[in-house]
Amino acid sequence: MTPHDDGPTTRRQPDEVLLGFTLALRAAGVPVTQDRAQGFLAAAAELGAGDRRSTYLAGRATLCAGPDDLERYDQVFHAYFDARDGLPRPRPSQPPTTTPSLSQLPLDEGSGTGDEPGEDVLRAAASEVEVLRHRDVAALTAAEKHRVAGMFATLHPRPPRRRTARHQRWHRGQVDASRTLRASLRRMGEPADIAWRRRGTRPRRVVLLVDVSGSMSGYADALLRLAHRFTQAGGGTVETFTLGTRVTHVTRAMRLRDPERALVAAGETVPDWSGGTRLGETLRFFLDRWGQRGMARGAVVVVFSDGWERGDPTLLGEQMARLRRIAHRVVWVNPHRGKAGYEPVQQGVVAALPHCDDFVAGHSLATFAELVEVVSRA
Amino acid sequence: MALESPEAVAARLGETGYLCDDALATVTFLALRMERPLLLEGEPGTGKTALAEAIAQSLDLPLVRLQCYEGIDATQALYDWDFPRQILHLRALEATGGVGPTDVEEAEKSLYDDRFLLARPVLQALQASPAVLLVDEVDRADDEFEAFLLEVLSTYQVSIPELGTVRAATPPVVVLTSNRTRELHDALKRRCLYHWIEHPGLEREVEILRSRAPEVSEGLRRQVVEVVQRLRDRDDLQKPPGVAETLDWARALQHLGSAEIDLAAASATLGALVKYREDAERVRQALDQMLRA
Repeated sequence: MTPHDDGPTTRRQPDEVLLGFTLALRAAGVPVTQDRAQGFLAAAAELGAGDRRSTYLAGRATLCAGPDDLERYDQVFHAYFDARDGLPRPRPSQPPTTTPSLSQLPLDEGSGTGDEPGEDVLRAAASEVEVLRHRDVAALTAAEKHRVAGMFATLHPRPPRRRTARHQRWHRGQVDASRTLRASLRRMGEPADIAWRRRGTRPRRVVLLVDVSGSMSGYADALLRLAHRFTQAGGGTVETFTLGTRVTHVTRAMRLRDPERALVAAGETVPDWSGGTRLGETLRFFLDRWGQRGMARGAVVVVFSDGWERGDPTLLGEQMARLRRIAHRVVWVNPHRGKAGYEPVQQGVVAALPHCDDFVAGHSLATFAELVEVVSRA
Repeated sequence: MALESPEAVAARLGETGYLCDDALATVTFLALRMERPLLLEGEPGTGKTALAEAIAQSLDLPLVRLQCYEGIDATQALYDWDFPRQILHLRALEATGGVGPTDVEEAEKSLYDDRFLLARPVLQALQASPAVLLVDEVDRADDEFEAFLLEVLSTYQVSIPELGTVRAATPPVVVLTSNRTRELHDALKRRCLYHWIEHPGLEREVEILRSRAPEVSEGLRRQVVEVVQRLRDRDDLQKPPGVAETLDWARALQHLGSAEIDLAAASATLGALVKYREDAERVRQALDQMLRA
C-alpha cells in the first residue's frame, strides 16, 4: 500500500534472493562473475522461479564451470536455500595473509653506504646468498625464508619442447610440395624456387604434483614458489596439483603474477594442508580425473614427495607404472635425497622408483635450479 | 520453437532414442531458449556427442560437426578460397579471350564469387541455420582457436572481406564437448551453459538399452546393466565402462546367442566392455564372484 518502502525491507524480491545466492557462492570460492550472475537470473526466469529444483538446475548450468565447482555449488545451495535458521554459515577460514614489504629485497645490505666498506659488505652478502642457496629450505628462519623467497626470481625455467604434427617453413629439410606448387601457380605455372619445411615445435606440457601432507609441510611453501616460477615461465602449458588427502587443481592460483598473491590464493584453494597422504589413492584419482584424459599424456610429470605412504605401496607402484605409460617423462623429486645418509628405503619410494625416469633432490634453491635444468631438457 | 518446458524437451529427445534426466533436459531447454551454447563435459561414453545428434534429429535440423584437433585454424573451421579453381577460372577467361584491359576489374571480382568459397563447418552452420553446430572435443584445439570460437559464438556472424558479412538469421544451436584434457578459457565458459554428464542410473540405462539395442532380450539386458553398474562402483578399474561399452557388450552377448551371462561367454566378449589388460583381469574375477553369488 505505502508506495515508498515495501520493496526490499519487508518482502525480498526473488531477484534479490537469487543475487544473494550468487554472492554466497562467490564467498565460497566459486568464481561467479557479473555476467554469469545475469545468466543465472535469465535462466531462472525462463524456468519460473517458484520451483526449488529448477532454480537449482538453472544455477548449476550458468554458475558452474567445472566438476570442482559442482560440489561446492551443491553445498552452498543447500546451506542457502534449505537451512533458514537465521544463523550465519561457517565460512572456510582464510589463512593469515602477510603482505611482504617490497623494499626488503634479498640483497638489502648491498645498498648500504656506497663507500669503501661497501665492497666488503657486498662480498659478505654474496657469499651469504651462496650459503642460502644450499641451505635446506625447511630449516630456515623466518627472515632467511623471506630472502630465499626473493631469490626464487633467479630461477628461469624453460619449458621443454615437443615436435608438433604441423610443419613450418624452413630453409632446409623436407620439400614443401604444396607451397612450391602454389608459388609456381602464382607465376602461372612457371617452375620456381623450391620451398622447404620442417616439423614445428611447441612447449611440452609440464604437470607438477606437489605433496602437501604433514611430512612435507616444511617444503610446501618453497615447492609452490617453484611451481609459480614454472607456471609464469611456461606460457600456459604448466599445470599444478597438490596431493594430500585429496587432489586439488591450483593452476589458476599459480597463474597470478605476484608470487605472494599466488601463494595466498593457493592456500585458500587447498583444503588439506598438512594432512595425511595416501599417495597411491590420490595419484589414482589424478590419473582418472585428469591424467588419462590427456593432461598427463606426453607431458613431463614432476612428483614432489618424500614417499611416506600410509596406504598400500603396491597401489602406488601400480599407479606410477600407469603414469609412466602415459607421460613422456616422470621425475620424482625427494627433499631428502640430497641429504647425507639418505637411502631410498621408504616403502613408497621403493615402490615408485622403478617407474621414474629421474630421481632428483629438492631441498634447497641450488637443487631446484638443477631440477629446472632436468625438466627443460626432458 | 515448439518446446515450452524441460519435460517437452525430454519427451522429444526420448522419441529419437536419447533418454536424458531432468538436469540435462533443463539445461538443453535453457540452451534452446536463451540461445546460448551448451558446454558438455563428462566421462567418455556418457553420450555428449549423441546429445547433439539427438537434438538435431528431434528438431529436424541439419547437424554440422566440427571436430577439433591440435593446430586447427580459421581456414579449417570457417571458410577458405578454392585457389586451384580460381586459377583455372582465370586461365579459362584467358583462353577464351575474356580478359581485356577494360574488364580486369570484372575478372577479379568474378574470382571472389560464392562458387569459389569453400564453406567449412562454422560457416556452413551459419548459412544453413537453423541448424545444430557440434564443436567436438574443443579441448584438443589450441587456446588461440578458442578465442576465435568465442568471437563467432558471441555474434553468430562471420565477415568475409571479399564478400561481406554472413549472419545467421536465427542463431544455430551450438553444442560444445570437452574431455577436460585441459581447462578451457574462462571467457569461453562464461558464454556457455555448463553441464557435467554423469553415468545413468540402473533403470535409465536399462531404458537406454531397450531403445538403442532392441534386439537384446529383456533378461539379458537387465543382467548386463546390473553387472556394468556394479563394475562402475568399484574404484579399481582404469577405465570404467561407459554406456557405449554397455551397448557393445550386450550386443556381443546377444550375437553369441546367450540368454544370460555365463562366465565363458562373458570372458569371450570382455573386449567389448573393458579396454585394458589389467581391467580385464579384475573384471573376470569380479564376474566370477557375482555369478556364483
